[in-house]
Amino acid sequence: MKLTNEELEVLSILEENHRVSVETMAAMVNTTVENTMEIIKKLESDKIIVSYPALIDWSKVEGKENIVAMIEVKVTPKRGVGFDEVAERIYRFPEVTSLYLMSGAYDLSLTIEGKSMTEIATFVSEKLSTIENVISTTTHFMLKKYKHDGVVFGGSKDTDRRMVVSP
Amino acid sequence: MRNAPQHYFSETVKELKPSGIRKFFDLAASIEDVISLGVGEPDFVTPWSIREAAILSLEEGFTSYTANPGLLELRQEITKYLKNRFDVQYSPIDQVIVTVGASLALDIAFRAILNPGDEVLIVEPAFVSYSPLVAMAGGNPVPIATTADNGFKLTPEHIENAVTPKTKAILICSPNNPTGTCLNKKEMAEIAHAIEKHDLILVSDEVYAELTYDEDYTSFAAIDGMYERTILINGFSKGFAMTGWRLGFLAAPKAFVEQMVKIFQYTTMCAPHMLQHGAIEALRNTSDEVENMRKSYRRRRNYVVQALNSIGLDCHTPGGAFYVFPSIKKTGLTSEQFAEELLLKEKVAVVPGTAFGESGEGYVRCSYATSMEQLQEAIKRMTRFMESLEIRDIQKEKLYSNQ
Ligand SMILES: Cc1ncc(COP(=O)(O)O)c(C=O)c1O
Repeated sequence: MKLTNEELEVLSILEENHRVSVETMAAMVNTTVENTMEIIKKLESDKIIVSYPALIDWSKVEGKENIVAMIEVKVTPKRGVGFDEVAERIYRFPEVTSLYLMSGAYDLSLTIEGKSMTEIATFVSEKLSTIENVISTTTHFMLKKYKHDGVVFGGSKDTDRRMVVSP
Repeated sequence: MRNAPQHYFSETVKELKPSGIRKFFDLAASIEDVISLGVGEPDFVTPWSIREAAILSLEEGFTSYTANPGLLELRQEITKYLKNRFDVQYSPIDQVIVTVGASLALDIAFRAILNPGDEVLIVEPAFVSYSPLVAMAGGNPVPIATTADNGFKLTPEHIENAVTPKTKAILICSPNNPTGTCLNKKEMAEIAHAIEKHDLILVSDEVYAELTYDEDYTSFAAIDGMYERTILINGFSKGFAMTGWRLGFLAAPKAFVEQMVKIFQYTTMCAPHMLQHGAIEALRNTSDEVENMRKSYRRRRNYVVQALNSIGLDCHTPGGAFYVFPSIKKTGLTSEQFAEELLLKEKVAVVPGTAFGESGEGYVRCSYATSMEQLQEAIKRMTRFMESLEIRDIQKEKLYSNQ
């Protein structure tokens, strides 16, 4: 879909920080508040803006540390529906946080989050592996999140090293 | 120890005034948790690939001098850049010098062209270094004051009114620091006529060329009749977020460069070798990042201009750089008082307009090279500050009724 410059501007601003007020956003784009609201509505209904999640580093919150695993899955595609049907069966599980069809050594790549190793093991052995057409799975546990969706987690603090006033 | 006697020092240097920015810097630096709109440099860190190229060149041991005018490879990239971006053609062999910042390029330009007493027209409000650089090169800086009513634009009439038989050169900075004013092609052509008519040399400071928001940038050297008399000054500081690297360059007709390279050779030898590798990377592979920075500044400019106007600090919409130059005349304060009170009461640092010449009185420079969060907070504080000044209404009218 081809977007207007204003629409692209709105997307860039939201991607950087979706908590900017509509008034501020309108000023940044140099347009009216009404127009900005309309643009946002359109982008939402076109599913270009998919959702507004907060990116939370749960590993920092006591009692909330999740275990994350990435699982490579090989499947035999079903005649007629290809990978989509298998994919749908997998992504319906709420513990699956992302799922991609991949080229290369395996077919599907999924990320799952669980409270414990056992929970993940149970998911893999009881739910995932038993799906018809799933040939094999390889589970990789994530040890530490450095960067996610373009955001650096807990990296060195961004400090402004510039002088307060300069030429 | 006894103070050094005054006769130890150069008369020229003794007469230089300390920079108005410097003075304000000391005050701002003494206060904690200041939101600074006083910064004249990008808030971005240099794009990673540029930093990486410099690191690699150190690892590979590029620690020697380079040719005086800089690595040929870099000069070639510079001439390609000038050709592709601004359609001006220079030879990498004998028309370009890589300098230690645009600052040094300006310095050697003036030293190469000025004889004692020669006048240089300086369009004000102007970057703080211009007049001192002209003075140190033995020239007389002659300010041309531009005004807010035509967006601080220079016109041919300005030149006609200021020119004398001693006028040797004119220094133009577009987009301008501190006003952000950007001249368009038509305005440049008209100015060019006046420059040609009086046979002036043009020192064109184009360090903000990458940061224009509404129109494509035209380099003065690309205007009819200007190439032969223009010393084009540019650099990596602003557009590529490389202020600390101290890398700039100049391009000019061969005869100019021949003279300038001598000064550079005897004072500086060459720009730092390893950093020149970073500059090559900057010109080759970072146009996307430069574009993203530009877009970000543009959004912030739009926001700041609207926000300042809405709280009664009238400002025009500047076409480039990352400064706005709102009028504070309504407040009845001088620009120094305004900046100082705003800093003390609300901890927001802006630079008094007078730091950029007398014509800057009544204005302050606000830089929007700061995060949106900081800008929003600064506007909140400035709103509060403006409200606290309401009582001075009568005083305002009295002070500025004759302007
Ligand atoms: C108009 C102008 N020219 C030149 C310079 C100096 O640039 P550089 O860092 O390349 O020496 C500045 C820096 O603030 C500037 O604003």
